[in-house]
Amino acid sequence: MNKIANKAVVNNVLVEVAGKDKNLVVLCSDSRSSASLEPYVKNFPAQFVEVGIAEQNLVSIAAGLAACGKKPFVFSPASFLSTRAVDQIKVDVGYSHTNVKLVGIAGGISYGDLGLTHQAVSDIAALASTPGLRVYLPCDRFQTEKLIRALIQDDEPAYIRIGRNPVADVYEEGNVPFALDKSTLLQDGTDVTIIACGEVVQYAKTAGELLTAQGISARVIDMYCVKPIDEPAIIKAAQETKLILTVEEHVKIGGLGSMVAQVVAENSPTKVVSLSLPDAPVIPATPAQIFKYYGMDADGIVKKISALKSDLFS
Amino acid sequence: MNLKKKAFELRKDVVEMIYRAKSGHIGGDFSLMEILVDLYYKQMNLTPENFKDADHDRFILSKGHAIEALYVVLADRGFFPKEDLDTFGTFGSKYIGHPTNKVNGIEMNTGSLGHGLGVGVGMALAGKMDGKNYRVYVVMGDGEVAEGSVWEAAMAGSHYKLDNLTAFVDRNHLQISGTTEQVMNLKSQENRWAAFGWNVISIPGNDLDAVDNAVALAKKIKDKPTVIIAHTVKGFGVSFMEDKLVWHHRVPNDDEYQAALQELDRRGARYE
Ligand SMILES: [Mg+2]
Repeated sequence: MNKIANKAVVNNVLVEVAGKDKNLVVLCSDSRSSASLEPYVKNFPAQFVEVGIAEQNLVSIAAGLAACGKKPFVFSPASFLSTRAVDQIKVDVGYSHTNVKLVGIAGGISYGDLGLTHQAVSDIAALASTPGLRVYLPCDRFQTEKLIRALIQDDEPAYIRIGRNPVADVYEEGNVPFALDKSTLLQDGTDVTIIACGEVVQYAKTAGELLTAQGISARVIDMYCVKPIDEPAIIKAAQETKLILTVEEHVKIGGLGSMVAQVVAENSPTKVVSLSLPDAPVIPATPAQIFKYYGMDADGIVKKISALKSDLFS
Repeated sequence: MNLKKKAFELRKDVVEMIYRAKSGHIGGDFSLMEILVDLYYKQMNLTPENFKDADHDRFILSKGHAIEALYVVLADRGFFPKEDLDTFGTFGSKYIGHPTNKVNGIEMNTGSLGHGLGVGVGMALAGKMDGKNYRVYVVMGDGEVAEGSVWEAAMAGSHYKLDNLTAFVDRNHLQISGTTEQVMNLKSQENRWAAFGWNVISIPGNDLDAVDNAVALAKKIKDKPTVIIAHTVKGFGVSFMEDKLVWHHRVPNDDEYQAALQELDRRGARYE
């Protein structure tokens, strides 16, 4: 099992780039250790800004830096960054269109037993609906690295959500198909499509393999680019398979499932079913236990599809 | 033109804009006009020619609803043709009721109160990081400082010793629902900022000389940001608008329009 958290990968990329680009700046809100950024802070103190526990100011300061040519990467727990600073994100980043990269750490239910205060389960809803802002949920360390390297190259705002703990690899070193703003096809199939984003992609991938063994042909799509969402891939899945199942570490309203359903309904109506977190605080447990409890892990995905399949395909 | 007269002439342009568009925040536009005139005509290194360069002074109108005042100043300084403002308030115009960086001369979109000072802190930090000499100016309303984010930024400004940052509080004692003291007590503004580690200068804010002296003084202060508490009169320049809550965003009728222009002419003429 992989032991390297996605946030550590982000740190490594930033350490590498900061030495070559003095305009790269990292900002934290008393969150440098939560973000695993100590190596960066130690090596590039002049390209680091601590703002204290003040997420609104964190975002405004980053926007001001960006307006003067800096390339700020902002790190704060996703729960506080995404909703406490939502007006600053809307105005100073999305609307003013400043080159601010917002990295929500410990996203979703990473802090499984710390309560809803520390869980970011509505960040997609809050931020994908913000005009001018892109939203990414990479799934593993390899894809996270590809994504961060790609985003460093551009000067548009984005929100990137990553989790707290190491997650199972979805891709292999040296074999990480990646195109910015295009979903990645993990497995092709003709009966059903599973579309997932973020750290639950690992479950979608395993579920696809289990379904194959059961004689069900499952297409599995890694929709790390939640916005702009890969509409052609969704429409193609709606046309070529009989059921779309979405899986996300987010509440049902306003998340990946909502967005996929909208694309499908507008273009090629097909049944879309969403596996997501409840409209309530989750049961206190580890993330793996939580996903299992709500039927969102690989077994849960397989069960859901098996239950639906008699209506749709045989 | 004498800049004191200029402030009255620009107020006439504001009256014309708001009367034509039937919309605007005339009271706040008038209270901060001397601040804008001093910055844009005298103190700031900011022109249409250097606006895209890295070294120019930065300006953020955090009380974005005073946009009409900024528009007439930018037009008069040549950032865009004055005739462009004829589209203010019309379908599809980029000259909308709050600042946006679609307009030449404006860098940040504002209007949601309490954002400008934090953005200004970021701009000032960038200047320090790059060893640049530009200065950053932020103008806030007095009602605006009830926003908690203002004080987050105030903390950061003194923590990072941003002596290249100058903020104004347009202390006109009125906000949309009443006096600031009725709505949320703002007394002792000076002490509050001093307690946050800022250099504080308190001035009569519609006195152009006082504004100019304060801005010049702030440039000499080291290791601290400066806040200029500009004690202004909302609606300054037209006696029937002065210190009257209704003129926060009332649109002049035909008689008021004529009377306002005449009084502004008369008061400006004192400085010829
Ligand atoms: Mg006021």
